[in-house]
Amino acid sequence: MTTHNALYKYLLFLGDNGLIQGHRLSELCSNGPILEEDLAMTNLALDHIGRAQAFLKYAGEVEGKGRTEDDLAYKRGEREFYNNLIAELPNGDFACTMARMLIVSSFEYLLFTALCTSKNATIAAIAAKAVKEAKYHFMHSRDWCYRLGKGTEESHRRLQNGFNEFWMFTGELFEMDADFAALANDGIGADLTVLKPQWLTLVQPILADSNIAIPNVDYMQTGSRNGIHTEYLGHILSEMQYLQRAYPDAKW
Amino acid sequence: MVSEDIHSKEGIFRLLSSICDPEIPVVSIEEMGMLRDVIFHEHSCEVIITPTYTGCPAMGIIEDDIIALLKQHGVQEPKVTLVYSPAWTTDWMTETTKQKLRDFGIAAPMHSSCSSWIKPANAHVHCPRCNSKNTKVVSQFGSTACKALYSCNDCKEPFDYFKCH
Repeated sequence: MTTHNALYKYLLFLGDNGLIQGHRLSELCSNGPILEEDLAMTNLALDHIGRAQAFLKYAGEVEGKGRTEDDLAYKRGEREFYNNLIAELPNGDFACTMARMLIVSSFEYLLFTALCTSKNATIAAIAAKAVKEAKYHFMHSRDWCYRLGKGTEESHRRLQNGFNEFWMFTGELFEMDADFAALANDGIGADLTVLKPQWLTLVQPILADSNIAIPNVDYMQTGSRNGIHTEYLGHILSEMQYLQRAYPDAKW
Repeated sequence: MVSEDIHSKEGIFRLLSSICDPEIPVVSIEEMGMLRDVIFHEHSCEVIITPTYTGCPAMGIIEDDIIALLKQHGVQEPKVTLVYSPAWTTDWMTETTKQKLRDFGIAAPMHSSCSSWIKPANAHVHCPRCNSKNTKVVSQFGSTACKALYSCNDCKEPFDYFKCH
């Protein structure tokens, strides 16, 4: 049986993934390697923040305390964020950024595809929009993986390095807790354990075609389902929330 | 000022047909498929719109434009509601709308079935200037969320392609 609180937390998970990933990508605005990719990074950021806005708005309604999407974005502490750890990690170089985008966009594509049939009409509606965007993100990062992986020795090394950095954060994407399981059971949330083999089927051939070896990792990072994060989230929030913390309820 | 029947859905639609997407000023929000419905309540008029992309930054301006225009025409308490379902698709654009985009220099979206990503279709984006199909993608992401950047190998002009969605 899905509790009210479980749904709220699930919406934070969906919204925070978009918000934190979008904020990370927005750091590349004016820092892209070439103009076209600068535009691409900011477009990716915009899609993520757009979906965050939709999910967090609904989260505020479900919570029922009159909080808006802005309140939830700017006035929650680190331990109240439920985004996957991979979203908060630094961008690294461009190859790293593309390695992460391949991992994240393929996961999001499968997640939103599954959520399109959610019994919760609002989640299904937002997912139906987000899945189209995630598909473009996936195609974009896939093409860059081919290009960098089969490019020069240096571009290959940098891309491999990117996957080496991020691979230990891929286990968490598919982690379920009691709330997630209850939501999946009720047809509201997605069963992430089912997505894992689908994800591997999607990603493995791309890595193989890009001459990238799947990293061997003995240990997968975990924590975000309980609000436990890497040190990087606090730094993102201190920047993102600065204005609202310094000047509460400031408007422009 | 043309006076429209502000008590019928058709009248409101005609009125709002003058509002354009601020980023594509040749096509109205109705032609874009963003204007979905009008619901009349006892004391208010609710306009239902849907965004092209979840993060479309034009939505705020469009909402303000709708409210201002309706108020100007004497509509009592106009309000705008944003819905996500059914998800907006470029397939809702008519051929006339697509031609307006081309005339403006934006290649029109192909049918959404073109975007099979497992096996990219052999579909060609035609240059809006010389109609050549000998074109190439410069970037999948262009100047706005809804467009990609292309260039024509024949007339050498860069152009925007309205992504099928």
